[in-house]
Amino acid sequence: MYRYIVKRLLLAVPTLVGAAALVFVLMRLIPGDVCVIRLGSGGAHVDPASVEACRQELGLNNPLIVQFLDFLWSYFTFDFGTSMWSGQPVTHEIAARLPVSLQIAVMATVIAVAIAIPLGTISALRENTWLDHVVRMVAIAGIATPSFWLGIMSLVLVLDITYLATGKAWMPPIQYVSFWQDPIHNLSMVLLPAITVGYRYSAVTMRMTRSAMLEVMREDYIRTARSKGLLEQIIINRHALKNALLPVVTLIGIEFAFLIGGLVVTEQVFNLNGIGRLFVQAVQNQDNVLTQALVMLVVVIFVVTNLVVDLLYAWLDPRIRFS
Amino acid sequence: MPPLLEVRALHTEFRTGAGLVRAVDGISYTVEHGETVAIVGESGSGKSVGALSILRLIPDPPGRITGGEILFDGKDLRGLSEAEMREIRGRDIGMVFQEPMTSLNPVLTIARQITETLEQHQGADRETAERRALELLEMVGIADPKRRLKQYPHQLSGGMRQRVMIAVALACNPKLIIADEPTTALDVTIQAQILELMKSLTRKLGVAQIIITHNLGVVARYASRVNVMYAGRIVEAGSAEAIYHNPRHPYTMALLKSVPRLDQPRRARLDPVDGQPPDLTRLDGGCSFRPRCRFAVEQCAKARPPLAAVAEPGHLSACFRSAELSDIRDVAA
Repeated sequence: MYRYIVKRLLLAVPTLVGAAALVFVLMRLIPGDVCVIRLGSGGAHVDPASVEACRQELGLNNPLIVQFLDFLWSYFTFDFGTSMWSGQPVTHEIAARLPVSLQIAVMATVIAVAIAIPLGTISALRENTWLDHVVRMVAIAGIATPSFWLGIMSLVLVLDITYLATGKAWMPPIQYVSFWQDPIHNLSMVLLPAITVGYRYSAVTMRMTRSAMLEVMREDYIRTARSKGLLEQIIINRHALKNALLPVVTLIGIEFAFLIGGLVVTEQVFNLNGIGRLFVQAVQNQDNVLTQALVMLVVVIFVVTNLVVDLLYAWLDPRIRFS
Repeated sequence: MPPLLEVRALHTEFRTGAGLVRAVDGISYTVEHGETVAIVGESGSGKSVGALSILRLIPDPPGRITGGEILFDGKDLRGLSEAEMREIRGRDIGMVFQEPMTSLNPVLTIARQITETLEQHQGADRETAERRALELLEMVGIADPKRRLKQYPHQLSGGMRQRVMIAVALACNPKLIIADEPTTALDVTIQAQILELMKSLTRKLGVAQIIITHNLGVVARYASRVNVMYAGRIVEAGSAEAIYHNPRHPYTMALLKSVPRLDQPRRARLDPVDGQPPDLTRLDGGCSFRPRCRFAVEQCAKARPPLAAVAEPGHLSACFRSAELSDIRDVAA
């Protein structure tokens, strides 16, 4: 087991190097650089000498291959560099933004799973009844609705309701505070975005659960379970669900990994300072070091999530566990 | 003593895109206590549907039992509630399916798949159920049963899996076992082992058995009585001996000729039954075997021959020419 995990993590090294090469090249393909943006941001006259000095200082004048090897080597020594824009260590920049993104991702996943698996199962078991149609309609709406629109609408709704109820419009707080420090403040800030994101996420998961369940319920072993005279509930929970969850687990894993770095628009709508927003800022500022760090972070999250999914798979399916 | 199972004029239909399929079109037969009855026919003849109908395991939609009675132990199973039916399934009637690979749940241990039946029907606790499971595996001849109980289906060979299926079917001491093509998916050498096992166990435990098969060779050895099905109906019924030595329906005769035999000189090739099974959505009023029958006459197109008694008692055939057939066969041979 441990050997398998270590093996998988070692196999991730080529993936990481590949991702590093890709982001490195892409960042350098964008015209201009951080020095031009930083010194010219006020619309003022840019002094070529100071731009040159800035480039020299940030190492942008070194040959590309040297820059790339520097980048790789620093990661092997766990030195992730300092932001080219703010001069802060990137670990600080990311540490300030990660908690809110992580919390929303976890909460959205919990919401999605809690809604999607029961509803998807019921929908499959009541195939083509009105209940199934309603569930599927809600799911289609969830996939079709852009989350920024849903986010804006839910904010407007909150404003309106609180205004009508108390005469004073209430807005979620902007400053992130950890749950342990002030749970009410924390939840009033992240609950709305988590629901918004979780809804879309649950819609996708629900459809997957439904189709997997429909397939499994037609399997021979379900007929065998029926021929044993088992209660329908046992047939569904013990015989069907465990088999049907296999593809659903994969989907949940991929979605979760995506949520951590991918909530660019939602973070913008809810005015959250998360990883997604930091990503956009880093690219806009042509902050190579920070962008690279963020990409590597997302890749690591994907690798780890995939590993967790594979371990869950083995736990669910003995055919994988014993081969 | 009344028979253990009496099926009377059973009709099962499927509503499909191509039209209404009368998969089982009025079959009647009985199974006595402790007796082994075979139901023989090609794929699509309705033999499996007929058996699944007994346990009301036909998925609805698209299938539905539309007529007839299924008297089991004096009760009409068609009149029972779903909860009462669950009591019968697995407790009074056990089932063995064709594909032991796909019929066992891949993610549950062998032990679990046996004990859950015991827990359901006998209220057994985990420990008692596991002891009984061990006993059952020993009974069906699985070596090292302790280890096997903890394993999963994919770790067992095909023959062992089918033994497990038999153990599951026997777990609650049923009165009847329905075996739907129990050996079709197995190697020939294993087939004989499984059939011998089922024969000796059912005899020892006094369990009645319905074996569904397309292989008449199986029938002769293991069943006392045989029902031959074609296009949803029984076309010939009788003792295994009568069917084997004195078939009175052209379809049975064709089936017998299609069984490969080792005790006869090798011929150039086998004699399969000519033609294709009929399309059940477009049957006419005549004999459904007519298009493939060498003996068909004008009368066969006009009316469906009824299942009527022939020479020996208990031997029935649905053929207008059943009386002539034995002579014709002698001439042909």
